[in-house]
Amino acid sequence: MTFKQFWHRLGSPKWFYQMSGPWQSAFAILAVLLLVTGMAWGLAFAPPDYQQGNSFRIIYVHVPAAILAQSVYVALGAAGVLLLVWRMKMAQLVLENLVGFGAWMTALALFSGAVWGKPTWGTWWVFDGRTTSTLVLLFLYFGLYALRRAIPAREAAGRACALLAVVGVINIPVIKYSVEWWTTLHQGATFKLTEAPAMPASMWAPLLVNVLGAYCLFAANLVAKLRTAILRQEQGAAWVREWVAGAGRP
Amino acid sequence: MFAVQFRRDWLSLMRARDEAVNPLVFLFLAVTLFAIAFGGEPGRLARLAPAIIWVLVLLANLLSLEALFRRDFEDGTLEQLLLLAEPPFAAVLGKVAVQWCVSGAAMTILAPAAALLLNMPIAALPALMLGLLLGTPALSLIGAVGAALTVGLRSGGVLLALLLLPLYLPVLVFGVSAVLDRMAGVGTTAQFYWLAAISVAALTLAPFAATAALRISVEQS
Repeated sequence: MTFKQFWHRLGSPKWFYQMSGPWQSAFAILAVLLLVTGMAWGLAFAPPDYQQGNSFRIIYVHVPAAILAQSVYVALGAAGVLLLVWRMKMAQLVLENLVGFGAWMTALALFSGAVWGKPTWGTWWVFDGRTTSTLVLLFLYFGLYALRRAIPAREAAGRACALLAVVGVINIPVIKYSVEWWTTLHQGATFKLTEAPAMPASMWAPLLVNVLGAYCLFAANLVAKLRTAILRQEQGAAWVREWVAGAGRP
Repeated sequence: MFAVQFRRDWLSLMRARDEAVNPLVFLFLAVTLFAIAFGGEPGRLARLAPAIIWVLVLLANLLSLEALFRRDFEDGTLEQLLLLAEPPFAAVLGKVAVQWCVSGAAMTILAPAAALLLNMPIAALPALMLGLLLGTPALSLIGAVGAALTVGLRSGGVLLALLLLPLYLPVLVFGVSAVLDRMAGVGTTAQFYWLAAISVAALTLAPFAATAALRISVEQS
C-alpha cells in the first residue's frame, strides 16, 4: 500500500475502525511497559541529584507531561489544518477527542511543577517564562473546549475549533518568546534536538523511556477514544450493525 | 471595496455614536476605580500605571469587538458580503479598520489623560502612546477572528474574552515592558519592533482567518 492510499484510507472512519483494534492494544501495552520501566528506573535506581537530592525525581512525571501538553496542542493544530483544507472526517473526531487529554496533561505539568517548585525554589508558583506559557496553554485548551460547547451544530463547532487551534498554534511561539522576555527562574529544556542533555545518561535515560511511554499512552488513549466516537457517529451505518451483530468479528 | 466598506461602517458608527464611545468611557471609569482602590497614593500608582492602562485597553477592546460583526450578521448583510464575487478579505479589513479607529487609535490619543489620572511620569508618555499605536492594530485584527467565530452565539461576550485574552498576551507583555523600561531609562527599541512585527503578521494573516471564521458562523446559522 502506497503512502497516498494509506492517507486516503486514514480519512475513512470505517477503515480506521477496522484497522485500529491491534494498534490500540499495541500502544497500550507499549505504554504500560515503558512507563512502568521508566518510573521504576527513575524513581528507584537513578542516582539522586547532587544539589536537589531526591526531589529532582519529579522530573520523571513533570517533563513527559509538559512535552505532551505542547505536542497535543500541535497535533490539534495539524488536525485543524486537515479539517479546514481537506474536510477530513477523522480530523474532526481527533479535534473533538484530544482537547481533554491535552488539558489534563497541561494541568499535570503545572501541578507537578508546583510540587517540584516548593522544595527547589521555595514557592509553589512563580510567574516565570515557562510556567506562564504553560498556564496560557491551559487557557488555550479551555478556549477550545468552551468554543466547541458553545456552538450547537457539530460540524460548525468542529471547523470553528479547527480554525482556533490553527490560530493558537501560530501564536504559541510568540507567546513563549514574549513571556521569556522576563528573567526566567526555570531551568532550560532537558531535551534539545541540537545538543546532548546536560545531565548524565543514568538520569536522562529513564526520562527518555518515560517520555516515549507517555507518547504511547497518548496514542493509545487517542485511538481508543476515536474508536468509541466512530461507533457513536456511524451507529446507523450497515457495517456497524453487522459488526455489533457479529459480536466483535468484522 | 476597502474604501466602500470603511465609509459605510464609519457612517453607521457615527450615527450610533454611543456604541463607539461606551468602551472608552469604560476605560476611564476602570482607571478611576483602580486609582481609588490603590488609595490614590501617587508613587505606587505611577509604577502600576502602565500595567493598569494596558490591561484595561485589552478589556475595552474586547467590549468594542463584540459588536464588530453583530449587526451585519443579524440583518443578513454579512451573508450577502460573503456571497459577492469579490473576495470579502478587503471588506473585512475595512470593518476592522473602522473598529481600530474608534478603539485602538482613540485609546492612543486618550492615553495621556488616563496616564495623568494615574500620575505616570510625563517622560514615559511617548513610550505608552507609541506602544499603543503599534500594538492595538494587532488587538483589533486578532480580535476580529474571535469576533467572527463567536458572532452567532448567545454566550458570545465571555467566550470572546476567553478565546482572545491568551492571544493578546504578547502585545501586553511588550507594551507594558516598553513603558516600564522607558521609566527606568533603558532602551525600548526592541519592544517596539516586536509590537510592530506582531501587528504586521496579524495584518497579513488575520483577515483571511476572520473571513474563514465568518463563513463558518454564517453557514451554521
